[in-house]
Amino acid sequence: MRFTKDHEWVEVAGEVATVGITAYAAEQLGDVVFVETPDVGRQVKAGDSFAVVESVKAASDVYAPVSGEVVESNGEVADAPETVNASPEAAGWFAKIKLANPAEVDALMDRPAYEAFLQTL
Amino acid sequence: MPDTPADKVLKTTPLTEAHVALGARMVEFAGYHMPVQYADGVLKEHLWTREHAGLFDVSHMGQARLRGADPLAAFEALTPSDFRGLKAGRQRYSMLLNPAGGIVDDLMAARPDDDGLFLVVNGAGKDNDYRLVAEALTGQAEVERLEDRALIALQGPKAAAVLQAHAPEAAALGFMEARAISGFGTELIVSRSGYTGEDGYEVSIPAEVAASVWNTLLGDERVRPIGLGARDSLRLEAGLPLYGHDLDEGVSPVEAGLTFALSKRRREAADFPGAARIRRELDQGPSRLRVGLKVLEGAPAREGAEVADEAGRVIGRVTSGGFSPTLRQGIALAFVPPAHSEPGARLTVIVRGKAQACEVQALPFVPHRYVRKP
Repeated sequence: MRFTKDHEWVEVAGEVATVGITAYAAEQLGDVVFVETPDVGRQVKAGDSFAVVESVKAASDVYAPVSGEVVESNGEVADAPETVNASPEAAGWFAKIKLANPAEVDALMDRPAYEAFLQTL
Repeated sequence: MPDTPADKVLKTTPLTEAHVALGARMVEFAGYHMPVQYADGVLKEHLWTREHAGLFDVSHMGQARLRGADPLAAFEALTPSDFRGLKAGRQRYSMLLNPAGGIVDDLMAARPDDDGLFLVVNGAGKDNDYRLVAEALTGQAEVERLEDRALIALQGPKAAAVLQAHAPEAAALGFMEARAISGFGTELIVSRSGYTGEDGYEVSIPAEVAASVWNTLLGDERVRPIGLGARDSLRLEAGLPLYGHDLDEGVSPVEAGLTFALSKRRREAADFPGAARIRRELDQGPSRLRVGLKVLEGAPAREGAEVADEAGRVIGRVTSGGFSPTLRQGIALAFVPPAHSEPGARLTVIVRGKAQACEVQALPFVPHRYVRKP
């Protein structure tokens, strides 16, 4: 699993990356009450806002950690937003992206680097 | 999460240390270092208050005494309300008006004893409020800022039983009544009011005993600490406007749906700031009205979202909105033309470019449970 400074995670299997928000992000947001995931077929560029997650208090953008085509969107988090809090780095995934440029993944942090980054916040 | 600039010195309340000790997430609010939520989080804190009793630190709000020969008449002139007729023991919701009939701030004013008027104003505007009031009182009365007092709110269906165990005289108060009484071994100014729609009290206490009163209340298993996040979602469900969001210097009490604060005598005399506009709006109807909206699909609509009619024409704007933990859907307050203000009217709200169906809903969204004396 790889991580961004905006607290998204990426897990690659073959040419498809599963993307979500980290446990740290979910904890900071508090109770998630609404999730908007991207439509299948949408082309996203790394750094684009491609999903929205809302707590009682506020709406936050979720940024695509990698570029490519959205090939699957997680209907479960749209129907049951609390899944994001219960299982942020597994069942609470947002979308699967077919990688346009696999090298983008290598530029992201690994877990020790992400955890070291969290210590600086 | 909003970042607080490190170089900005925030004011503290007598309870700031208690919040930090409880593990609260602290934010800047009205220039103060305030808890937005505790470990439970906004959703649980909100629901706890609706079912049990929530304890809030609202010491950022301004507390003042108006003392002098006749503070009621002098203060009344800044508002559209009847304060001359305010009996001892009673509290009234009102607002300071500008000459154009816009709301400078909304406030609570009470007569907890024979010692003039006791005011509670919003934290963000208190310096300006006190200046306006002091000018109006010149030669007749004085504003004494009560900087050495904390203000806490205890709200929810269990609040009355909890507080009355420590301050038995609080039982005699009905909704919108206030008295200086004893409790927790000290003197208190207690009003049966709040901003959640629930029964409960606001309690003014000397700063030096605030932490001990706070901790005593939290020692009761019916009570949990509640942050500003849930305070906002509770008042939104109760349909209560928030100054700086739903109310500002351009909004009149008629537009805001606060005509209950206009007294008959004052309306007839038209002797308050902005009386011409307010009388015209009462006679002919205002050009816009504050309404409640239930969002029927999609994301919660938040402050700033445009409201459109079914033809797609933008007719208004959301002034505060979010997710209702009680109703499990988006709710909002918005200003729209009167023709679209009837409960049941179908409108749309534009969230991130998408038109989502919504419906005008009579306020409050969640019924008030105030306890009035017979």
